Amino acid sequence: MNTARTPRPPGPPAKAAEEGRIEVTGLTKRYLTPKGETFTAIRDVSLSVEAGQFCSIVGPTGCGKSTTLAQVSGLEQPSAGSVTVGGNPVDGITKGVSYMFQADALFPWKSVLSNVMMGPILLGMPKRQATDLARDWLRRVGLAGFEDRYPHQLSGGMRKRVAMAAALINNPRILLMDEPFGALDVQTKAIMQNELLKLWEELRPSVLFITHDLDEAVALSDRVVIMTSSPGSVKDVFDIDLPRPRGNVQEIRHEERFLELQGRIWESLKDEVTRAYAMTAGAA
Amino acid sequence: MTALTHSETRKSEKPVETETAAKIAGRIKARRRSMSIWIGRVVLAVAVVGGWQWFTTEGWVDKFFFGQPSEIWNSLVVLFTEGTAFGTIWENLGVTAQEAFLGFLLGTAVGVVLGILLGSNKYLSAVVGPYIRIVNSIPRIVLGSIFIVAFGLGVFPKILLAAVLVFFVVFFNAFQGVREVDQNLVANVRVLGASPYQVAMHVTIPSAMTWIIASLHTAFGFAIIGALVAEVLGAQKGIGLIISQAQGTFDPNTVFACMVIIAVVTLFAESLINLLEHRILKWRPPNRSEAQAI
Repeated sequence: MNTARTPRPPGPPAKAAEEGRIEVTGLTKRYLTPKGETFTAIRDVSLSVEAGQFCSIVGPTGCGKSTTLAQVSGLEQPSAGSVTVGGNPVDGITKGVSYMFQADALFPWKSVLSNVMMGPILLGMPKRQATDLARDWLRRVGLAGFEDRYPHQLSGGMRKRVAMAAALINNPRILLMDEPFGALDVQTKAIMQNELLKLWEELRPSVLFITHDLDEAVALSDRVVIMTSSPGSVKDVFDIDLPRPRGNVQEIRHEERFLELQGRIWESLKDEVTRAYAMTAGAA
Repeated sequence: MTALTHSETRKSEKPVETETAAKIAGRIKARRRSMSIWIGRVVLAVAVVGGWQWFTTEGWVDKFFFGQPSEIWNSLVVLFTEGTAFGTIWENLGVTAQEAFLGFLLGTAVGVVLGILLGSNKYLSAVVGPYIRIVNSIPRIVLGSIFIVAFGLGVFPKILLAAVLVFFVVFFNAFQGVREVDQNLVANVRVLGASPYQVAMHVTIPSAMTWIIASLHTAFGFAIIGALVAEVLGAQKGIGLIISQAQGTFDPNTVFACMVIIAVVTLFAESLINLLEHRILKWRPPNRSEAQAI
């Protein structure tokens, strides 16, 4: 755990060993509403992500996907059950984790370079060293020359690249992604997915990736977890045996195996989506 | 706009001329627009001040009560050349400006600190919130009387009154600013390992800064009002004292002259705050409405 305070040295995936393994057991999270009632967001969720595995969570709106992520990051504490990361139970902020949200979560008042630098700086890296590292990462995501811009001066796709560099610069053992490409247009989304896969294959963090997009889930993941409608629990787990590296996500969509897996997952998800929709429609 | 011009130019085979022509036309249009705005401004000023002068000269409005622009000018000249019964105008202006400025600093400092503190602590804000609202709803300007009784005729009660008025404006903005902080951003830096202090330094305070700076414009106006009112209530020096003296001698022109002086001071302070705003908030996207459709 000592290594967690400093960015992990980039190394071959095998070295990451078991420290990126996520084990969620019987996880339940209840919230207290302002009126004093309890609301169960997720109930008895169990899932595991092997070290270096890319795992997607798919489920109807409001089924507690984000809640699950918050428990893994340690931002929230579970009401029941446990989360262990690399064999250690999560208690307080999990070390070596990065988060990526649908909204960019960039500092609008900091330049692109300073945004990317934040990770190492918060870990106490000297400024000069952090600057060099951030420059290197901006080059890796194809944003060399944009160091001094402010986030509002960039396009949506470019902001995503900055967020990606900022999330990966500390070489996290776990990358939590909450619908990171949800707000992008289709073409930009495809480009960013390829970019993410490329970087992921270099660093091999364990990834928990929330999405509504089944194609995205199948194209990127090793494992897809389907959650039920509220209160969320795990309905099905599919292992995706498409060969790595996946190459272009646009092209893989037309492969036979892809369509077969996608069809099976949709069968499982369909009922939940319909039920969740009926619930919101009934409530409205 | 540019895309349109480009596709046109490719067809017309005279790219340079069309481009330059559009540029020149745009520049002429912009100049004409700013010209007409300035003409409008001058006309408005002449109408108001000239009308005032005319109405009072003709006697339709009694200049004994409402003053007269030419007389105000004379009062200004007298104030600056002969001074007042309480020393030169510069001395008095210095005292008032000092009170307002110190009150502004004090009120802003306390407002920012308390605003950020209460904004980031839910329990504290829930406990103190109703009382702040109660205090906000009482007419605080009346506190001036109490301060003068308690602290005498010196500068301190003036600074205090100015600070009280400034405090609430800045406080509510700082409070709101902290509340509006992007929670994703907070979650993000916390996951990266930021301590509560680092969260405050890197996220909460810079984010609330937009709101705080916006409040400073109004706040300085309140600082001046606080200082002036406290001086009118009782003082040994200051513009407020000159105003209350002029009121006692039925001299509206001197009162207006003092208003002009204070307005100049406030505009100057305002421009300083604008400079500060541009410096601190230079990361903000330019205001879209400033661009005009041609």
